[in-house]
Amino acid sequence: MPTSNGSDADLTSALAEAVRGAAADRTPLEIRGGGTHAGMGRPVSGTPLEMGGHRGVVAYDPAELVLTARAGTPLSEIEALLAEHGQMLAFEPPRLGSGGTLGGAVATGLSGPRRPFTGAVRDYVLGARILNGQGEVLRFGGTVFKNVAGFDAFRLMAGAHGTLGVLLDVSLRVVPRPAVEAARVLDLPSGAALQQVADLMRRPLPLSGTFHDGQSLHLRLSGGRAGVQAAITRIGGEAADPADWEAVRDLTHPVLTRGEGLWRIALPRTGPAGEFADLPWDQGGGVRWLAAETPPAQAWDQAAALGGHIERVRGTAGSAFQPLPPALLALHRRIKAALDPDGLFNPGRMYAEV
Amino acid sequence: MLDTFDPRLDADFPAVDPAILRARLEPILPAGGFLTRLEAIRPYESDGLPAYRALPAAVALPETVEQVAAVLKACRDLGVPVVARGAGTGLSGGALPFPGGVLLVMSKFSRILGIDPLAMTARVQPGVRNLSVSEAAAPHGLFYAPDPSSQLACSIGGNVAENAGGVHCLKYGLTVHNVLSAQVVTLDGEILTLGGPASDAAGYDLMALFTGSEGLLGVVTEVLLRLQPLPETTRLILAAFDDVGRAAGAVASIMAAGVVPAGLEMMDGPALRAAEDFAGAGYPRDAAAILLCEIDGQDEDVAEEIERVSALLRESGATEVRVARDEAERRRFWAGRKGAFPAMGRLAPDYYCIDGTIPRKSLPFVLAEMGRLAEVHGLGVANVFHAGDGNLHPLILYDANLEGDLEKAEALGGAILELCVSVGGSITGEHGVGREKINQMCVQFTPAEVNAFHALKAAFDPRGLLNPGKAIPTLARCAEYGGMHVHKGALPFAHLERF
Repeated sequence: MPTSNGSDADLTSALAEAVRGAAADRTPLEIRGGGTHAGMGRPVSGTPLEMGGHRGVVAYDPAELVLTARAGTPLSEIEALLAEHGQMLAFEPPRLGSGGTLGGAVATGLSGPRRPFTGAVRDYVLGARILNGQGEVLRFGGTVFKNVAGFDAFRLMAGAHGTLGVLLDVSLRVVPRPAVEAARVLDLPSGAALQQVADLMRRPLPLSGTFHDGQSLHLRLSGGRAGVQAAITRIGGEAADPADWEAVRDLTHPVLTRGEGLWRIALPRTGPAGEFADLPWDQGGGVRWLAAETPPAQAWDQAAALGGHIERVRGTAGSAFQPLPPALLALHRRIKAALDPDGLFNPGRMYAEV
Repeated sequence: MLDTFDPRLDADFPAVDPAILRARLEPILPAGGFLTRLEAIRPYESDGLPAYRALPAAVALPETVEQVAAVLKACRDLGVPVVARGAGTGLSGGALPFPGGVLLVMSKFSRILGIDPLAMTARVQPGVRNLSVSEAAAPHGLFYAPDPSSQLACSIGGNVAENAGGVHCLKYGLTVHNVLSAQVVTLDGEILTLGGPASDAAGYDLMALFTGSEGLLGVVTEVLLRLQPLPETTRLILAAFDDVGRAAGAVASIMAAGVVPAGLEMMDGPALRAAEDFAGAGYPRDAAAILLCEIDGQDEDVAEEIERVSALLRESGATEVRVARDEAERRRFWAGRKGAFPAMGRLAPDYYCIDGTIPRKSLPFVLAEMGRLAEVHGLGVANVFHAGDGNLHPLILYDANLEGDLEKAEALGGAILELCVSVGGSITGEHGVGREKINQMCVQFTPAEVNAFHALKAAFDPRGLLNPGKAIPTLARCAEYGGMHVHKGALPFAHLERF
C-alpha cells in the first residue's frame, strides 16, 4: 500500500469529535487545508478545523484506475504517486502555491486547462466520505465508475467550498498519462485564434490545452504518437515546451499575475465576449482571465447577460462569487440546511446566506 | 414483489376526490391531455419493468413548461403524488405510477430545439429520443455519447433522471458527464435553470445532483447536451476464451496497460450462444466467454492500439482474436451484444436483468460466487457485462408460469446485489434504484446516509410528493428489510421499531 512519507494519520475520530463539539456549542468552523486557495472565497470567522494532519493514500490499485486518499493528503504527493504508475488526474488541478491538498482541490472545484477536453473535478469524483453537521460519517458514492444508487451527493461536494460537510476522503477516477505531449505556439490575434480553436475542437484531434496570452495562441496536444504528429502537421505554428503549460495550469503565467487579484470569468465558449473580449483566455475561450484588484462594477451583470459568471481566484477585494438568482439562492440555503442544519461549516464562505 | 406500495413502509397520502382532481387539472392541460378512463391509462401502468404495475388516478400530458408548472403546483395544493414519465423504457420501475396519484407524461416535449455545431451543443426537449440527438448531430461530424441499449426508444429526460450509461461510457462518460444545463420545474411550480452554457456554473453543482435523481427532485423540461466529435476511425476486436476467469484477467491487463477502449464488453457462454442464435453475429459458439473491445481515434493510433490490445489478449490466454474486417462485420459483432437481452427468450420464458457494479479486480470472485448462488437458488444465469467499468448485467432465467419461480429469481437477484456491495460495489450502475431495488438501498447505505438523502429531497420537495416510494427507502422499510437480512451477525437499524 503506497503511503505518504511516514506521517499518514487517520484523524476521523478526532475530526468527528471536533464537529460534535462545535455542534453542541453552535460555534462555526473554518475548515483549513493547505491554504493555497484562500483567495477563492469570502472570509470565514470560525474555529479553525485543520485538515492537514488527516492524510495518506488509503487505496490505489493502478489497474483499477481508482485512487482513494484522505483530504489532507498533499496534491503533490498524489500526483507523484500517479506519475510513478504512468497515470494522472485528468482534471489537472491548478496548484496555487505549495502545500495544496486533495480536499482543497475538490472543495474549490477548480479544474485546469484540460477541462474542456477531459472534464472537471466533479466528473472524476467517484465517492467521498464526509462529516455532516452532526459529526456523523457519511459515505456517498464509492470506488466504481458507474454507481447510480442514491443522489450524487459526492459530486455536490466538488466546488461547495466545504460549506456542506467536512471532506474526509475522496475516491477519484484517474487516467493513463498520454503517450506523447507536444506544445505549439501560433502567432494569431485573439479573435482569429478563437475561431481557429473552435474549428479545431470540432474535430477529433488530441487537443489538451488552448490558451491565448493576448499575443499568441498556445496549444497543447496529448495522445498517441501518430495522432499528435498528424495534429502538429495540421496545426502548424512553432514548437514549444509542454512543461510551459504548468504556468497556465497554476495561473502563474505573466499575464495572469500582473494585477492585485485574479478573476475567472466563465463564458459560453463560442458566444460573444462583450467587454471581456480582449482578456487572455483559456479553455477554448470558455474562461477569460482578468488580472486586476476587482472587476469593474458592471462586469458581474455583463457576465450574467452573456450566460456566464465570475469568481475570484486570487485576492481579497470585492465579492468572491457571482450572485445567484433569488430562487436558486433559496434552494442553496435549503440544501445547506439539509446537510449542515446548524450552519457550522465555513459559513459565508460562498455566499453570506450559506 | 414490490409491485404494490405499502402505506406503512413507503408513503401514505389521503385519497383525492377524482372530481376535484379533474376540476383542477383538466383546464390547465390541452384537449385530450387529461386521461382517467381505464382503457386510456392502462398503457401507462408499467415501464420497462412490466412485472411492476399500478394505475394512477389520472395521466397528464402537458405540452408547455407553463402547463408542467401548473400541474405540479395543483398537485402540491391537493397533496397528490406525481410521477414523471419519459418514454417508459426504464428497467427499475422508476416510472411506475403511484396508485391514486398523477402520472405526468412528457412525451409531447419531443422537439430538438437546436444544434450549435460551433459550441458543440444540442438543446432538446426531454421527450426527444436518445438516438435522434446523434442522428441530428451527425451531419456536423458530432455525436451524443451516452448510448443505453434502449437508445432507439428512450428519451433524454429519462436519461437525465436515471443518469443513463451505455456501452461507450467507459471512454465518453455517463449522462452526468454530457449534460451542461437543464431547465427543471419543482413541485412548487418554480422554473429553475441548473448548470449553464458556461462551465462550472456559480454555486453548488445542482446539475450533478439532479442528474440521476430519478424524478424525486423535479421535472426536466429542457436540456442542453454536450456533443463530441465523431472519431475518425472505429475498430472492434472480438476475443474468445475457454475460461471466464481468463477473460476477466484480460480486461484487467488491457486497462492496466493504459488503453482506454471506447467500449469493453464481455459475455459468458450461455449469453453469447443465445445472442448468436438470435442475431447470427458470428460469435464462436464453443467459447466460455467473449470480449468485445472497441478502439476509436485517429487512424494510425487506432491501428497501433489494435495491435497492442490483440497482443495483450493473446498473452491473457485468448483462444481466438478477430478484428472486425469491415464496418459490416463490426456492426454484426455489436448486434449480437445489443440483442443479448431479447435473445434470452431462447433460453427461458422470462429473465430478470440485474445491474450491479464491482471493482474490476473482483470479477473472477464475483463470477464464481454468482455461479454458486444460482445453483443454491436453482436457476440459470447468463452474464453480459460492461466489463471495462465493472458493470454486471446477470440475466436470471426463470418461468413466471411456474409457481414460486419469480420469487426465486427476485431472491437470487437480491443476493447478487448484496454480493456486489460486499466487494465494494453498487446495487446499480445505470438502471437506477426505482421501485425494484429499494430494499437493497438499505444494504448499501446506513440510516444516517439514508436520512441525508431524504433531507436533500426535502430541500426540493418538502412534502415528498414527487415519485414517492422510489429510489430512497424510508427507515421503516429498512428496519423491516433489515430484519430479514442480518449482516455480519449484526442487526442493522436495531434502534427502530419492527413492524
